[in-house]
Amino acid sequence: MSAVEVLRFALRGLAANKLRSGLTTLGILIGVGAVILLVAVGNGSSVQIKESIQRLGANSLTITKSTTGGGFGGPGAGFGGRAGRFGGGAAAQQQSSGPRTQAHDLTLADAQALTGTGEAPSVKSASPVVNAPATPATYVGTSATINQFVGTHPAYFTAANKSIARGSSFTADDVTSGRKVVVIGSSLADDLFGTVDPLGKQINVGGIRFIVTGVLEESGSSSSAFQDADSVAIAPLPAVQESLTGYGGLDQIVVEARASEVVDAAQSEVTAILQQRHDITGGAADDFQVMNQASVQSAVGEATRTFTVLLGAVAAISLLVGGIGITNIMLVTVTERTREIGVRKAIGAPKGAILSQFIAEATVLSLVGGLAGVAAGVIGAQFSIVGVTPVIVPSSILLALGVSVAIGLFFGSYPASRAASLRPIEALRHE
Amino acid sequence: MSAAVPPVLDVREATKVYGTGDTAVHALRGVSLVVERGDHVAIMGASGSGKSTLMNILGCLDVPTEGRYRLDGIDVGRLDERRLSILRNRRIGFIFQSFNLIPRMTALANVELPLAYGGVRREPRRRRALAALEQVGLADRVDHEPNELSGGQQQRVAVARALVTAPALLLADEPTGNLDTRSTADVLNILDRLSLAGRTIVVITHEADVAAHAKRIIRLVDGRIAEDRRQVPVTGHPPRHGLAESAK
Repeated sequence: MSAVEVLRFALRGLAANKLRSGLTTLGILIGVGAVILLVAVGNGSSVQIKESIQRLGANSLTITKSTTGGGFGGPGAGFGGRAGRFGGGAAAQQQSSGPRTQAHDLTLADAQALTGTGEAPSVKSASPVVNAPATPATYVGTSATINQFVGTHPAYFTAANKSIARGSSFTADDVTSGRKVVVIGSSLADDLFGTVDPLGKQINVGGIRFIVTGVLEESGSSSSAFQDADSVAIAPLPAVQESLTGYGGLDQIVVEARASEVVDAAQSEVTAILQQRHDITGGAADDFQVMNQASVQSAVGEATRTFTVLLGAVAAISLLVGGIGITNIMLVTVTERTREIGVRKAIGAPKGAILSQFIAEATVLSLVGGLAGVAAGVIGAQFSIVGVTPVIVPSSILLALGVSVAIGLFFGSYPASRAASLRPIEALRHE
Repeated sequence: MSAAVPPVLDVREATKVYGTGDTAVHALRGVSLVVERGDHVAIMGASGSGKSTLMNILGCLDVPTEGRYRLDGIDVGRLDERRLSILRNRRIGFIFQSFNLIPRMTALANVELPLAYGGVRREPRRRRALAALEQVGLADRVDHEPNELSGGQQQRVAVARALVTAPALLLADEPTGNLDTRSTADVLNILDRLSLAGRTIVVITHEADVAAHAKRIIRLVDGRIAEDRRQVPVTGHPPRHGLAESAK
């Protein structure tokens, strides 16, 4: 008996009961498809969060004023779901909560202290940031809302990983002279200007005219983010303070480390300098907090990994249930075909031929189910699921397919060995 | 028969006991039987006489508790299951009362089956299966599945399946038990022709009409041979061959 022959017998056996074979296959299909798809969803959300965080600049630290007595609890808690808006979105919370009695505001002097002195060798730049609340902007009758109006220094662009697609950013000179120029995000440019070239045009923000000098590259922030991260405008700090926010404290200081290896060093340097400047000694809680993108990233990565494993486990259970379905149906098949097995043995089928025929039947069922499941999983992964674009993990395909074949072999072997060890006399007598 | 050629069947004092102790059932109580090549033997007996047990032993589906059985010179008692299945495949062709064709396989595929298990390659297998089907007059039904065939046709396919390996022994268990008169005549006629062609045939039956076609009739009673009557010499003409045709 050649392998082809065995396979032919197996296929013939399966074809004899198409509906039953189909339903059993469906069980495996769902299991394998679920494993691939759910792992892809878990992986996709993890990739998405990582990208959102990376978009902020891997080497950057964000210092915000802490009104709750320090720790990670405040703005950091919102990370998982809306990491995409993190760059300046936390501002609203900052402004709405009342300041602590002894809390110092972050000041321009604080920002300058981080780079001006030699005390922080790992810090490349420190950009003071103020955020204006969502503001309407108009250009020749067209109006749009700017979700985020940021006032800052030019170093912010590299620190926060904002790159200019067209035109140019503003210069240090623009900052010192308080020129009203602005770099706008891509979706804001679309909303206000449509097909018109925005460079050099004037937009009106709250009665103040800003000249557009550049357009940011599309950040590619996904639709699941809370806000459109491209509806942003970045202008020199004094211009924004003068026209929109007033000259209060800074909302953030964005610090860029010299390299990703010295981010931790930069963090401790920054903390030490600010503690000194804010007169925080001993065990007193800091009135600011420094967030490190890398640590946030690894914490979030940890959480999403757990999420992925859980999803995978649920899917694996459904695969197991599919496997039990195979055993079940094969046992029924063996009982049903006892007489046929007897005839085959009587005319000289060796034990191995019967065994391999039934194992082949079970394996074909699970393999066909597995392949269809891979197809279903891959097709399903093309759609975004609850706001997450699934990213297929190639090893999950191989694993799910391998497991499905193993399931066929394993769950099929018991019924098959039962068939093979039937005594021909009794099998022939079976009705 | 020269001494060099062993008899097809050589059973010596075969006994078969089912169970042990007080509940032991003695199905065969010492049967000795020699069947020469080319003979056509009918084994008759009432239900419970041990004829099914004898047929299982002759068909290598079972081994005797005691005694010796040689099939075509091979001592069956010493063989393991794997060798028994090879022996069944090569030396024995079974014909069952209930046809026992594999459902949803064409007549051709059914006939090819023993050759497939015997490891015959596809091309010769097909050729031999077609030849066997032609021999039973079903060359025009090769692509029909069992449920598309009449009882008589199914049994003829079964005969073809038994023949296709050119076995030393054709073993038929009540081959006409489920057939009408017309089909019975067809099948018996085929057996007669096979006997004429020199095949060794053992038919188990309780019908005298069927037994009348045999060259030798053995009657079993209570696990022993009660009567062993030869109607025609081994090399003689099948007793009823040709009568059916002349009756038409």
